[in-house]
Amino acid sequence: MEQVLLQVRGLTVAFKDETVVNDISFDVYKGETFALVGESGSGKSISALSVLRLLPGNAKISVNQMLLDGENLLSITEQGFCKIRGKRIGLIFQDPMSSLNPVMTIGEQIAEVMQIHFNYSKAEISSAVFKLLEQVEIPEPERRINEYPHQLSGGQRQRVMIAIALAGKPDLLIADEPTTALDVTIQAQILQLLKTIQKKTGMALWLISHDLALVSNMADRIAVMQKGKIVETDDTAHFFKKAEHPYSLKLLAALPSMDSCINKPIDTNSNLLKVTDFKVYYPIRKGFFKRIVDHVRAVDGVSFQLQQGKTLALVGESGCGKTTLGKGLINLIPNTSGTVFFNGIDLSELTTDAQRRNRSDIQIVFQDPFSSMNPRMLVGDIIAEGIKALYPEIGSADRQLRVAKLLEQVELPLSSAMRYPHEFSGGQRQRICIARALAVEPKLIICDEPTSALDVSVQAQIIELLKNLQKTKDISYLFITHDLAVVAEIADEVAVMYQGKIIEQGEVEQVLTSPQHAYTQQLLDAVPRID
Amino acid sequence: MIILWTDALIYMLVLASLFAGFFIFRKPHFQRPLKKISASKTGMVSLLLLVFFIFIGLLDSIHFKQSEGHSTEIISALDFWAKPLRTQTEKTYSAPFSAHLYSKEMIALADGSHSWGYPRLKFGGSHLQNPDKEKLHDVLTKAAIGFAKGASIFILFIVLLWSYLHDRHKHLLNSSTAKAIWIVVFLLVSISYMLIYLSGYYHVLGTDKVGEDVFYQAIKSIRTGLVIGSLTTMIMLPLAIVFGIMAGFFRGWVDDVIQYIYTTLNSIPSVLLIAASILMVQVYMSNHAEEFNSLILRSDMRLLFLCLILGVTSWTGLCRMLRAETLKLREMEYVQAAQALGVKQSTILIRHILPNVMHIVLISVVLDFSSLVLAEAVLSYINIGVDPTTYSWGNMINGARLEMAREPVVWWSLLASFVFMFSLVLAANLFADTVRNAFDPRRAEQGE
Repeated sequence: MEQVLLQVRGLTVAFKDETVVNDISFDVYKGETFALVGESGSGKSISALSVLRLLPGNAKISVNQMLLDGENLLSITEQGFCKIRGKRIGLIFQDPMSSLNPVMTIGEQIAEVMQIHFNYSKAEISSAVFKLLEQVEIPEPERRINEYPHQLSGGQRQRVMIAIALAGKPDLLIADEPTTALDVTIQAQILQLLKTIQKKTGMALWLISHDLALVSNMADRIAVMQKGKIVETDDTAHFFKKAEHPYSLKLLAALPSMDSCINKPIDTNSNLLKVTDFKVYYPIRKGFFKRIVDHVRAVDGVSFQLQQGKTLALVGESGCGKTTLGKGLINLIPNTSGTVFFNGIDLSELTTDAQRRNRSDIQIVFQDPFSSMNPRMLVGDIIAEGIKALYPEIGSADRQLRVAKLLEQVELPLSSAMRYPHEFSGGQRQRICIARALAVEPKLIICDEPTSALDVSVQAQIIELLKNLQKTKDISYLFITHDLAVVAEIADEVAVMYQGKIIEQGEVEQVLTSPQHAYTQQLLDAVPRID
Repeated sequence: MIILWTDALIYMLVLASLFAGFFIFRKPHFQRPLKKISASKTGMVSLLLLVFFIFIGLLDSIHFKQSEGHSTEIISALDFWAKPLRTQTEKTYSAPFSAHLYSKEMIALADGSHSWGYPRLKFGGSHLQNPDKEKLHDVLTKAAIGFAKGASIFILFIVLLWSYLHDRHKHLLNSSTAKAIWIVVFLLVSISYMLIYLSGYYHVLGTDKVGEDVFYQAIKSIRTGLVIGSLTTMIMLPLAIVFGIMAGFFRGWVDDVIQYIYTTLNSIPSVLLIAASILMVQVYMSNHAEEFNSLILRSDMRLLFLCLILGVTSWTGLCRMLRAETLKLREMEYVQAAQALGVKQSTILIRHILPNVMHIVLISVVLDFSSLVLAEAVLSYINIGVDPTTYSWGNMINGARLEMAREPVVWWSLLASFVFMFSLVLAANLFADTVRNAFDPRRAEQGE
């Protein structure tokens, strides 16, 4: 076996009375990739931060042994620890948007690390920064070095973050969900980059992730964490063949699979939604009089049809206009041109008031279950809101009955009605949002990435719920997502969007198994999967 | 009984808050925040202090005519009970608990000769034969007697309450918060009784330049402070909330118009506006002298107008903050979800936007409350504040300001107004903090 780089024994972290990390022990070997996998709240980030002593002051940490390359980390003073952080151990955070300083150029930010840890001259530093930017494969490094974070894309920012982490030439790089905020194609690139760098420098990589499929391609060894405990540690190859712990098995079973679309029955129903040449343009105004000089073509001439009781998945990366299209269809964003026929009625010809009354036909479920409910309203009132607005003739007793029935349908306890949204977990909140949409008995629900903020096991439950509702109520879904595996689980048809246009659409099996367009092919290749 | 303009507004305010309190008590989902407030020590103690202040302010807002010999004057219930304090005026400054004037004068002795020294006060310590020797002992015994009397009143009350409550509501007396409350009530009752008892014999906080009792002035100022704080807020709040939320939510030309209004208003120095309107009121009152035939009517009108104009000039800051917050909130997904559900825009404003900006409103109202009391002091300094005959902390500070350069310094007016102002503002601050925490569902789960 290789040499142990980081050895942790009996690490326990508690906030107030709540134990977040409970007596975990693990080793990271030199040059290997060690993955810590778990759902949100399982304590995986906390354990990484506690190794770096970056936890807030109210955290109580107790640990039996913590050795870095044989050196006892516990005996190092706070001042001495500055030479560990950034120098011996590098760290990459999840969100590249907020982890860079917006008023410093990226060159300065990388140089800052070297000024602290090395005795380099100015010229040496600038050449080292240049080399690092080349190493993380940022195009045109000579120009980028003087740019600010907002001028870079999300993927490029994450590359800069990696460059900063590498600047101290660390023995161990901790990557805390490094690609969660990124698109799937960019995720693949960043992971590839991390692999290459690791091979070149021989450092150890401690990868923290919730994504088992991603980890299966990256890691040498895997530790699964559940509720503060490591329940299983194993070699990657062995783990995916023979996971033992029931929780690991549950995680594996919850993974959406790309193969689930094969052999879906196809039958044709009547058309519910017919969209022709739909466009949403944002004007770009310039000059003194704010004249419109050009347009951002967020949705640029999209046409599709959706049948009663079917699911159309709208797939694309961030910024491709899929969310704008969804909101445009229910008139939350005004469209520039195009016609929408719903149930044979042209929606654009309705008056404003008729539009308001017609709202009950199409509903929307948003991505973020935390911001999509008014924190000061009771769940019962949130669900009843649509009934109150659209069916004012229904009395309050009947309304409460309907709320109770809806809660039952989304499998929440009746007592939820008298509680506030923040008392629920992400998955439960998404159920409440679904109940709110169902309350007005819509024919079509636009699901705008309803599962992307959720853990895999919860994601599987929500998809199951959506499928069941579709069966019993004959509802259609326009399912907006970036996750092709989820598409395979739920969709009947797929439309792939790229830069405001639909570049490919068809039956789900056909698109996912034999894509015609190069971009679809690229998307499919980027999806991490367990071989 | 005579109802002044500000009296009427105060009564309405009290009625409205009682009504709101009743409404809140009946709603089941408000039970938890209410329980949380009633369980918080700081919250309940500061509420108690506030209620005590408001009680004094209300006593001072019941006005009636009283004939005294040949002259009739309008006095309040507080004036009626505090008659000794009101009428026992000295010649000029005297220190707290002093039996002598603060400055030397020629004293005519019994034998007809004159001497240069500190003359005795007419009322303060006049029962003493030899103040130098007896005073300390006398003050202490009288304080002890007053305290004991107050304490016995409290104990009597508690015993009655105890026998009335029996076992049903024993938790009202037993929880740790209840203990803190009863201790504070005990101290409030005993100390107030002690002060009342003492001021029968001494000027507890000394006298001012014209010999008026400073303790009396400080108590009378409570009403002025409360009126300026609350009425101004009542005028300012609707303007700030309606304009701020509308500007943020509707954007477009509504936003433009509202922004023009408040930037224009902001660009005019508010002191000028205040001076102009106070002068206008004075001209109006001297033109209609028959309607404002007494001093108290005139000063009341001036107070009301001061509140009005302060309210009109001070809503812009809060309005801007609310606009910014609304701009953020309108993009929240729950607002969009409500739109998708066909909820009317007015309903969205009231149900989704307003409750979520209330924390800002509450914080800035409490902060403004204290700054308004201070603004009143500053305005009094340039003579456009409340009427010079109105008792207010501002007038007290303004009067004391002139004496700060004196040697030895006259410190008691300043200290008295400072202590009273401080306790009112602090109590309001702490209570508002508790309310905000309790009514925010996201905080409700966490501990203190």
